[in-house]
Amino acid sequence: MSWRVDAEASMVDRLRGRLEGPNTYGNSRLFWAGFAIVVAAFAAYPQLVGVYTVIQTSRYFALAFLALSLSFIWGYAGVLSFGQVAFFGVAAYTFGIIGLNFGSATGIMAALVGAILVGTAVAALVGYFMFYGGVRDTYVTIMTLVIALVLNTFMAQTAGSEWAIGAAQLGGFNGMDIPSLTLGIGQSGLVLERVAFYYALLGALVVAYLGLRALVNSSFGMTMVAVREDEARTATFGYNVPFIKLVVFTIGGALAAVGGVFYGSWGNYIDPTVFGIAFAALPVVWVSVGGRESLLGAMGATILIERMRTELSSGIGPIGSEWALVIVGGLLLGVILFMPAGVVPTVADRIDRLRSRRADNARSTTPTEEAVE
Amino acid sequence: MSTPQDINVRQRPAVAATGGSTDTILSTARLTKNFGGLTAVDGVEFSVSEGELRCLIGPNGAGKSTLLELITGQLAPSEGDIYFDGTDLTDLDPHERIDTGISVKFQSPHVYEDLTVEQNLQVPLQRTDRDIESVLSTTLEQISLVEQADRRAGDLSHGQQQRLEIGMAITLDPKLMLLDEPVAGMSVEETGEIAALIRSLHDEGMAFVVVEHDMEFVREISEQVTVLNQGEIFRQGPIEEIEADEAVRRIYLGENA
Repeated sequence: MSWRVDAEASMVDRLRGRLEGPNTYGNSRLFWAGFAIVVAAFAAYPQLVGVYTVIQTSRYFALAFLALSLSFIWGYAGVLSFGQVAFFGVAAYTFGIIGLNFGSATGIMAALVGAILVGTAVAALVGYFMFYGGVRDTYVTIMTLVIALVLNTFMAQTAGSEWAIGAAQLGGFNGMDIPSLTLGIGQSGLVLERVAFYYALLGALVVAYLGLRALVNSSFGMTMVAVREDEARTATFGYNVPFIKLVVFTIGGALAAVGGVFYGSWGNYIDPTVFGIAFAALPVVWVSVGGRESLLGAMGATILIERMRTELSSGIGPIGSEWALVIVGGLLLGVILFMPAGVVPTVADRIDRLRSRRADNARSTTPTEEAVE
Repeated sequence: MSTPQDINVRQRPAVAATGGSTDTILSTARLTKNFGGLTAVDGVEFSVSEGELRCLIGPNGAGKSTLLELITGQLAPSEGDIYFDGTDLTDLDPHERIDTGISVKFQSPHVYEDLTVEQNLQVPLQRTDRDIESVLSTTLEQISLVEQADRRAGDLSHGQQQRLEIGMAITLDPKLMLLDEPVAGMSVEETGEIAALIRSLHDEGMAFVVVEHDMEFVREISEQVTVLNQGEIFRQGPIEEIEADEAVRRIYLGENA
């Protein structure tokens, strides 16, 4: 009996060993208990609220992939991309184009794989030219934003009927239809809509989060942090810095692409505003507020800020919907002024300091008692 | 190759352990670096034998640091070639050169300030197939930072950061270590510790090129000295000879243009 408990305990320890480390916040039993409760609460959520709220929350989850992707590349490798929406949008469009041409369940599964591959490949290509071309720091930020804006301009002029790929009309600013995500092989399968879609997203998000935690706490994660801290020094230990940044950027692109597929099939629609400057700025806001070095903070901030924007978009009393972005901007300014590292890292540091002070107090009282003796 | 065998004979017994080998591990051929009109390194033929400890001295602007940066690939030579352990390094990227068995500590300390001392050592160490745990603990002892293992590197004193830098470089277990002013800004005590560390690694067969101004320190660690002046090799030989050389004294005092 006890050996089984031991075996289970050692497996849990090994799992925790992989998921915990100096590169993530939340490395205690208490944290994991809290995490399990939050996931359970999200799992119970559809039973407690109406379908409309469930559908809205799915949208926040899809956007959280974008936040994870930016937190990963910016927070851990120091690469601030202002254009993660480019890979997100490219994947959404690709999913639509393949899905509309091959409407069967198999076709949509192929669209899912194809969209993630194309989004990832575009990120890899952009990353290759940037990092091997010696583009660094602020220039990466500018370049990625420009890529998103170029896509925005390009897609905006595709309204004419000549802009069609097979059955898929790109549609310019009128947008493009996108099929729902469907699991299965053959003509028809399990169509993921409403609550089913919500659960699929929740599951995918938890898997992505845990996978990233394992990655940033691995030796590769340590290398990413070393690159973030000092590129030149890291190269003198024999690390191929451009290659490391390319790998990180490509993984970030893949995450954004997954989010893009979910986002497109969530609204069954995509249009060029996905590449626009207002949307491109949002991931930077979410991740800055939540804390770029905290994957969970970035996701949490996305869900809360987007929730707030939804609430504000219908207007609160005399305050009209146009104030939503102003309030989000104000929030960003406030956080940057008072918690430059973001909410989660700041709070975690305060808790740490409080704990160590308490530990110090406990230690300093012990010798005094000895002295009295 | 003008490293006479008889010089090694009066060295510390440690050198005998490496067999007094004169196999060249590093050599440069007509190595030249121009910065615009200025020639910082001018046709230098510099060589280091396996397991040798060579100090590189010379007045400011002599081209010492430039020579190191050419060897590590931070700078591309205008002319000439660099060979290390049978490999032509000239066309290799900086990170590929490290893999041939060179490790380097540049002049100013560049530790990862936000990481702990242990994590700083882990970054280079995790690239090797050495046992992380055991190398970590020996290295921490070698650089006398056992107590500070969990401290943030940015909170260390200047001397401790210099030691950590050297520690990071030695975790790669290189065949040749390039150190640019390893004791700059250190106390006498700390300087002594670094000298002891370098000597003990040298005893184990690691070759060193140490750029240094502090002649006291050079005397303490070195057998062979190369004097650079105006981008050229001015003198080469055992420390006693170099120190007795009037011309070397003159260039150090700036009397020789």
